[in-house]
Amino acid sequence: MSIWKKALATAAVATTLMAQSAAAQDVKIAIVVKALGIGFFEAAAKGAEEAAAELGDVEIIYTGPTDTTAEGQIEVINSLIAQGVNAIAVSANDKDALVPTLQKAMERGITVISWDSGVAPEGRMMHLNPSSNALIGNTIIKLAADNLPEGGDVAILSASATATNQNIWIEEAKKVLPNYPGINLVATVYGDDLADKSYREAQGLMATYPNLKAIIAPTTVGILAASQAVTDAGKIGEINVTGLGLPSEMAGAVASGATKSFAIWNPIDLGYAATMISYNLVKGNATAEPGAAIGMGRMGTATLDDANEAAMSDPFTYDASNIDAFKSIF
Amino acid sequence: MSVLKSREALLALAILVAIGIIAMRFPAFVAPGNLANVFNDTAPLMLLAIGQMIVILTKCIDLSVAANLALTGMVAALMNGAGMPLPLILCAVILLGAALGAVNGVLVWKLGIPSIVVTLGTMTIYRGTIFLMTAGKWVNAHEMTDGFKALPRLVILGLPVMSWIAIAAVLIFAVVLTRTALGRAFYAVGGNAHAAVYAGIDVGRTQFWAFVMSGALAGFTGYLWVARYAVAYVDVAGGFELDVVAACVIGGIAIAGGAGSIWGAMLGALFLGVIKNALPVVGISPFWQMAISGTAIILAVAFNAAQSRPKGRLILREAAQ
Repeated sequence: MSIWKKALATAAVATTLMAQSAAAQDVKIAIVVKALGIGFFEAAAKGAEEAAAELGDVEIIYTGPTDTTAEGQIEVINSLIAQGVNAIAVSANDKDALVPTLQKAMERGITVISWDSGVAPEGRMMHLNPSSNALIGNTIIKLAADNLPEGGDVAILSASATATNQNIWIEEAKKVLPNYPGINLVATVYGDDLADKSYREAQGLMATYPNLKAIIAPTTVGILAASQAVTDAGKIGEINVTGLGLPSEMAGAVASGATKSFAIWNPIDLGYAATMISYNLVKGNATAEPGAAIGMGRMGTATLDDANEAAMSDPFTYDASNIDAFKSIF
Repeated sequence: MSVLKSREALLALAILVAIGIIAMRFPAFVAPGNLANVFNDTAPLMLLAIGQMIVILTKCIDLSVAANLALTGMVAALMNGAGMPLPLILCAVILLGAALGAVNGVLVWKLGIPSIVVTLGTMTIYRGTIFLMTAGKWVNAHEMTDGFKALPRLVILGLPVMSWIAIAAVLIFAVVLTRTALGRAFYAVGGNAHAAVYAGIDVGRTQFWAFVMSGALAGFTGYLWVARYAVAYVDVAGGFELDVVAACVIGGIAIAGGAGSIWGAMLGALFLGVIKNALPVVGISPFWQMAISGTAIILAVAFNAAQSRPKGRLILREAAQ
């Protein structure tokens, strides 16, 4: 073998090694969502990619189970631990079921945060709420009350009866009810985030409460199914469907008048902020402890409370005046 | 007495009793308009149960029906978005559904893989295909034309078109199953495959046609489902295949094949439909709802099993004496 060939081979090996070590320095951040194929989370993934592009040395792994189960998420997280990611940012299907797996991840030095739907404190370093729960609870009642100057019966159509975030919002909503005299919450039903079950539950509400004036659905599947049920029942104008939804999905309901207004935080911002926080924790720019302020790039800073939770921003209201501008975004 | 011994009559009675009990707690449930609603809501389940029943008759099972429905429904929504006329979409969904069913059928027929394995695989593949086609995006109400959404809702003689389609399907398949050679072959293959072969029936090919029919029905239901709920996404009708199998089992279709009637499948679907529609209005905690549905299924099956057991024992005892 000539000396040239040897030199070339050495150079090739060295280059490969260098390339590998450069790749290894990339911060791998896994965004684990409740289930793939949900518009809200697809938008959050866009935000995560935006943050990655801004930071430069970040690789985003967007993943999740195909249905909204804790078992599915545990499998996904186990495989992420095996892949040796640097951070896991998860929106949990179950508050407690993920804790042991996430603790295992933290023991191996992986930064673990939860966002959107939280994990119990022992299973994560911090939790990023899209907004404060109190603000969301107030917003969903206010949305209904704004269109009911004389008051009336309202009902809540939730996702599954065990969904962490849904239950907290409903609890907060009930707390502020006394501030809205005349608004009478008659029932809370559960559509399990299935279009057909939510539709049926909405039909049930209309049948059970003939004086119902508003259905509040703090879930994107539920608000859409309820709007459709109200439209099919010919009760547009009589019953207002409101709650939390995505502009792209709700455009039809707003145009038909089944929904006068609804709210949501910007999921792109949420994915962006979760990525920024994960990055800062991995890099040691901040520590997750009560009182700490962690940078979220263009979203400002998140200040942790005693339970290591932070709120991103206020929910934003969409109605006929602004929906056209947002429906093509998310 | 012989009428009471018929499974179908007993099931019909059970449905009436259930409706009676519900009416005591919520009288508006028995209003004709609401009962028509319940029937209409059950129509997709009925259509799928007919297909599933044919497959179960041949000693197979089709777990991919809900995924087939979701995939064809998504294709229908996308074709509508591309501006294609409704008649073309209807032909396309039936053909696509049949083709997806044929994939199951060929694998069962030519490779001899157990149907539960084949359809478990294709179930995941079909759902995955929707994901690949759309990258997880939804097709929403405002992205569908009014004509596309209107067909299942159009009311003729007091019932929506979707209900009439289910009624028509029951009648057509009742004739197919009892009056055609292929229909009788379904029973023969499931009842005794060896005897069927001696009678000149190709077991594999009969099973293939069962899957094709189940697929075609699922495809057509896909359009109805998406048009009715005005939304198409990956998880449409998630877990619905289990409801379909449950409807067949409650309807007295023998899971071992060869026995059962289309009226049983229809009533089984109606029974589940009544329970599903009643639970939201009678105000039962959501934690109990699943347990109640499950108990109804087990009770129905236990009853069916208890009913079919004495016959065999009686013959054996007499033979021993």
